[in-house]
Amino acid sequence: MQVKRTPKTYDVCIIGSGASGGTAAKVLTEGGLSVALLEAGPPLVPERDYKEHVWPYELPHRGAGIGGRARQGLEDEFLAPNGAWEIEGEPYVAAPGSKFRWFRSRIVGGRTNHWGRIALRMAPVDFRVRSHDGMGDDWPLSYDDVAPYYDKIESYIGVFGSKENIPSAPDGIFLPPPKPRCTETIIKKACDHLNILCIPSRLAILTQPHNGRAACHYCAQCGRGCITASNFSSSQVMIPPAEKTGRFTLITGAMARELVVSKDGKIEAVSYIDKASREEKRVHARAFIVAASACESARLLLNSRSTLFPDGLANSSGVVGRNLMDTVGSDGGGYFPALEKMPAHNHDGVGGMHMYLPWWKFDRKNDFLRGYHTEFGGGRGMPGVGDYDDLCDEHEGYGASLKQECKKKYGTYIGFAGRGEMIPNENCYCEIDPSAVDQWGIPVLRFHWKWSDNEIKMAKDMQETYREITEAAGGIYLTATRPDGPNPHGIADGGVIIHEVGTVRMGEHAKTSALNQYCQAHDVKNLFVTDGATFVTNADKNPTLTIMALTWRASEYLLDQAKKGNL
Amino acid sequence: MPISRRDILKSLTLTAITGSVLRVIPLEAAEYAHRMVRAERAAAVNQIYAPKFFSAHFYKTLQSLCQTIIPSDDQAKGAMEAGAPEFIDLITSENKEYQVALGGGLMWLDNTCIDRYGSAYLDCTPQQQKEILDLIAYRKNAKQDPSLGQGIEFFGFLRKLTADGFFTSEIGIEYLGYIGNTFVKEFPGCPPVPEA
Repeated sequence: MQVKRTPKTYDVCIIGSGASGGTAAKVLTEGGLSVALLEAGPPLVPERDYKEHVWPYELPHRGAGIGGRARQGLEDEFLAPNGAWEIEGEPYVAAPGSKFRWFRSRIVGGRTNHWGRIALRMAPVDFRVRSHDGMGDDWPLSYDDVAPYYDKIESYIGVFGSKENIPSAPDGIFLPPPKPRCTETIIKKACDHLNILCIPSRLAILTQPHNGRAACHYCAQCGRGCITASNFSSSQVMIPPAEKTGRFTLITGAMARELVVSKDGKIEAVSYIDKASREEKRVHARAFIVAASACESARLLLNSRSTLFPDGLANSSGVVGRNLMDTVGSDGGGYFPALEKMPAHNHDGVGGMHMYLPWWKFDRKNDFLRGYHTEFGGGRGMPGVGDYDDLCDEHEGYGASLKQECKKKYGTYIGFAGRGEMIPNENCYCEIDPSAVDQWGIPVLRFHWKWSDNEIKMAKDMQETYREITEAAGGIYLTATRPDGPNPHGIADGGVIIHEVGTVRMGEHAKTSALNQYCQAHDVKNLFVTDGATFVTNADKNPTLTIMALTWRASEYLLDQAKKGNL
Repeated sequence: MPISRRDILKSLTLTAITGSVLRVIPLEAAEYAHRMVRAERAAAVNQIYAPKFFSAHFYKTLQSLCQTIIPSDDQAKGAMEAGAPEFIDLITSENKEYQVALGGGLMWLDNTCIDRYGSAYLDCTPQQQKEILDLIAYRKNAKQDPSLGQGIEFFGFLRKLTADGFFTSEIGIEYLGYIGNTFVKEFPGCPPVPEA
């Protein structure tokens, strides 16, 4: 079989169209470079793919999906095409004794199509963890290095929030926050009483018209995709300006297989499988940006073996695949009788929380290192399948009393989601499975995972805190967790929070890291990795905003190198 | 030929692209398009449903059970009017586990009624129907009579699916008092809490 190559050599080829790939495409094309972007999935067509404003009864399955398989979980029928826990024909493996789940996306825009839009800056101390508490490693750059790029990204995409001067949660450039919902009002009151910080959240949703996009219309359905592009997604906010430059080529259905190295040790092309024809094709470029998501990027590098780089690309240090981190997650919830008194009213708001709890115990010694923030929500949302499972089990019976109980309890629940920092450990990594390939013939990943005590202590603190807040608000905490078993204190399995990072980390030294502070490989000068793989630590801040800021910074560096003729 | 919602959405998108770098649809136009989607779907809903999995007898039993679990009252109609049996039949037709749990569960109910009362559930007197349902509607009853275990499991599952079917219907959503899924210029926040 003959390998087909596109006749053109692009300035830059980007692999992946999510938060990172989209940002790189915009900055590089606007900076004058020609860019080809490879996306493993299909194009996104909002007017076809989005189910914004659809009622459950307008779908035959009411949102439960075929066979009711989506009664619970992330794959309900309403969500924007985004990704899945299992992709047919593209398996991954967990090593014996390890549980790890991997949510992957195969569509233009990647996981930004329905992410939580939570846009938090890392704090200065988050870049200096080893200096601060002796664990993990410092980043090769500081908050001050990244801050101008946080400014740029926030200014461009639009993030609401409020100035608070909290050391653990730096302020940004914010649009005004929306007013609190009833659920948020009562939690805020309880938190004030307990001296726990509760402030307006910071989400990439427009509370005012911004850069040509309409303001939010408060339907609470960001996860379904927004036809007015009033929230941020790479597909609607990053890719279109790149397209407008005329220097952008989007290649969909393209599953990157290997980066091809020339004799002089530079990358000359990427080999990919064209899914439609199952043919092997190549794109040639002067520089490559790998932004396929942390674990896919590590997989691509590890699968790119050559005589020059027998252990995979950018891997002379051996760190590729190592230092895999997710976020520490433990959830809980309660019943709040005070909410029964609320008259029927529109509770929708934006598609996410209007308030949240940043890490507040940064000024004292705790049972564990680092910190967590808390997301919370509930109340009178649009009813959906699976919402009544717990109530049915608790109330039992049938008839008028069951019906009335459902009405009485509607909108009276609030759930909390703790999201904390995991410290990387040697038991958490991914590697190429020695035997399995996917349907495209590409060797797949095998995951190893084990939480350490610090994470479990953090999960315990989350549970205690949510009980305390619930009770302070006059509620009844309903979550019961065990200190032992496979998920102590309710800690989620690895990967479940979908914040996997760290697998191609940056650092000052080529012996202990794969990339420099500009996301450029120490070993291969025309190779950049810009997604969450670059992270040295995984602060309690959701990674997306930092991924975009680091990508913007790396892209400007690349533009500068191109101007100097160094590509 | 009447203009379809796809045509409208397509034309909206094209206009939007020429006017802006971004694929943005003006709010009012989007709202109009959404209303069309809704009308289209509503029209499709009004057809008579032919069960895909349950036989006529068991579908009637299912309807009766759904309506007993969430009955009609002076505030709102019940689970049957809300389309819960259709919803349950549809997803059961696509799910082998549900077919065993619900198909088998309904047969268990008939068998048990025949053993106890001499006739299938639908042919029992209202008093007999109440008696058997009161037994399988509570987990604690299995402690006294372990032979109820399968019935309790079945009824617990059917109760959840009936609640799903009812509370995701137009009737159920109105009954709960959910207000939203709409376009508002500004979010009003939490209304004042009425004094007790």
